[in-house]
Amino acid sequence: MELKELINIAEQQRNNAKKIRIRCCSAAGCISSDSPAVKKGLENAVKAAGLEDSIEVASVGCMKFCGRGPLVQIDPIGTIYEQVKPEDTASIVAALNDQEAEVTATVGDENHPFFSHQKTIVLENSGHIDPQKIEEYIAAGGYQQLYRVIYEKTPEAVIDEITRSGLRGRGGAGYPTGLKWATVAKMDSQQKYVICNADEGDPGAFMDRAVLESDPHKVLEGMAIAAYAIGANAGYIYIRAEYPLAIDRLQKAIKQAKKLGILGSQIFDSAFDFKIEIRVGAGAYVCGEETALIASIEGKRGNPRPRPPYPAQSGLWGYPTLINNVESFANIAPIVREGAEWYSSIGTEKSKGTKVFALTGKVKNTGLIEVPMGTTLREIVYEMGGGIPDGGVVKAVQTGGPSGGCIPASEIDTPVDYENLRKLGTIVGSGGIIVIDNQTNMVDVAKFYMEFSEQESCGKCVPCRAGTVQMHELLTKIFDRKATLADLDKLEALCRMVKDMSLCGLGQTAPNPVLSTLRFFREEYLELIGDNQELRFNPTIVSKHLSGVSHR
Amino acid sequence: MQSVVAPTKNPDRDKRFKVLDVTMKRNQYRQDALIEVLHKAQEIFGYLEENVLTYIAKELKLPLSRVYGVATFYHLFQLKPKGDRTFVVCLGTACYVKGAKELLEALENNVQLRPGETTPDGEVSLMTARCIGACGIAPAAVFDGRVCGKQLPSEVVATIKNCLPE
Repeated sequence: MELKELINIAEQQRNNAKKIRIRCCSAAGCISSDSPAVKKGLENAVKAAGLEDSIEVASVGCMKFCGRGPLVQIDPIGTIYEQVKPEDTASIVAALNDQEAEVTATVGDENHPFFSHQKTIVLENSGHIDPQKIEEYIAAGGYQQLYRVIYEKTPEAVIDEITRSGLRGRGGAGYPTGLKWATVAKMDSQQKYVICNADEGDPGAFMDRAVLESDPHKVLEGMAIAAYAIGANAGYIYIRAEYPLAIDRLQKAIKQAKKLGILGSQIFDSAFDFKIEIRVGAGAYVCGEETALIASIEGKRGNPRPRPPYPAQSGLWGYPTLINNVESFANIAPIVREGAEWYSSIGTEKSKGTKVFALTGKVKNTGLIEVPMGTTLREIVYEMGGGIPDGGVVKAVQTGGPSGGCIPASEIDTPVDYENLRKLGTIVGSGGIIVIDNQTNMVDVAKFYMEFSEQESCGKCVPCRAGTVQMHELLTKIFDRKATLADLDKLEALCRMVKDMSLCGLGQTAPNPVLSTLRFFREEYLELIGDNQELRFNPTIVSKHLSGVSHR
Repeated sequence: MQSVVAPTKNPDRDKRFKVLDVTMKRNQYRQDALIEVLHKAQEIFGYLEENVLTYIAKELKLPLSRVYGVATFYHLFQLKPKGDRTFVVCLGTACYVKGAKELLEALENNVQLRPGETTPDGEVSLMTARCIGACGIAPAAVFDGRVCGKQLPSEVVATIKNCLPE
């Protein structure tokens, strides 16, 4: 495969394009609301009208407005139809021929802020190309950056580009991606690995699933560029078993790329080899933690281990390993294509580029959004999300899942980036934004997350294993109105202890939902405690008690 | 549909072990393929019975403790038989905020089915999931692998009741 052939495939694909293209969403959300039947209906309607020469019906990835699926959009006019049923399809096709014809499906507003405020980099192809056809990805310019990198750039130049772009890890912690790459590249080792972390476990987050279902090749290209830059020849994608469609599409994508000589041995007839294997998880949240993930790929229990050594020094089977999140990898090809300066011109001073969020909860418009870093929560919740249905009031916005916290409505003008959210006691996390209205009790929310952390704690270290159980019991006691102020003190002390003493990120961040609700919604805790009288918790008694234990 | 017939005690007589052999062979009997092999075993047998775990341990030359340790660590591996059909209620945050708890309460009150339990006739198992990623259509449930969005308590009760004998 040479660049010329790649361009040939792209041109051929473009020449084959028909005048009108009906795009039908085929991501998991729309499929569950019957989009395959809609697509079939559209195809039959086109056939029945004898318009096969001028109209094509395409299965595409996520079209973002998941709450209103199944979605159908017409190119090039841009009309979008929402909640399309199979019986609507004939009228949609008829309207393409006859402007007067009435369409039975709801016509959406393609200029709605939900769409117009988006800036798509990671999702640039999502909802436009058929994720199961490598030709469509190539026609959209795909794999040309990999070619360019192999033939025109040194590994150092690639790492420099990524470093200057200011891209930070999209998995949650926000570690500078370029720095991570440089660390692994510096390691002197015969064998290195690239791992894509697709173990998207945060409840309320489905960005990575959408990227993998909608544009799997983009992630593969990003991984291959990373492998070239750090000197790896093998990679793994660790994906949760709960995403069967994404697994299926990835498998297909890898097969197609291999067949064209874009993955495997001697990529683009160069000396660069890179093969990718998929590893399927088995339902353990802790495996999103990098050392636990590596253990799981090795076929072991997903227990984390202390760092250092970091995976960059000693990772999979003891070799230097680069682990990045799906969204981080999906950013790579666009950065190489448009340049570091372009990327770093988007976003805020310390958080560059865009971030994909899954906007859910008590909000009118639910779905996927990709916005520049620094977009305010007000813009996301009210303008794009359309506020709360039935005139409800926003009480808080939860970000970062079980490791994050709740931002009160009073802080809704906060621009979303790594630093600002950290100041508010939460994190960007993988990207779930869950809107909470005033009918939800915040203690209940904290209890929900603590139950999650309790059940997902791997049990290796005591602070997390025992601490989450105790915190959950205390929260239940408070929620059941059986607690006293002493219990509240105990809870806060425990939170600090678990945060400081736990081995891995799961335990260290498990108290965050409690701490942040205590910080902003303390009155709800106090209200549930009410008049329950008891002496306040006295730390000196506890320390005496503890020292008594240790002297025994 | 997954089989729930208990594996016969003798691996030589049960043809399903042959299918498992193929998977192990394809992974070159590598010990790090244990999770893949367990996935396959559960797909074939419906759950992981002790003699299946012993067989895998022997074939991959791993201590049984290691195989058992991995099988019990991951939530998706079942060591007990499930019902013929499964109903999974998603308990992700978005579903929780939109009333997943009410779905479970309705099932408990109307058909006496709690998470992790199977109906007395072995027909339906009720399970919960952390997050199935269908947050856009919360609250969601998965009935026999099919995702159903925007569920109402009455709806889920009707779904289960339909599966039960009169």
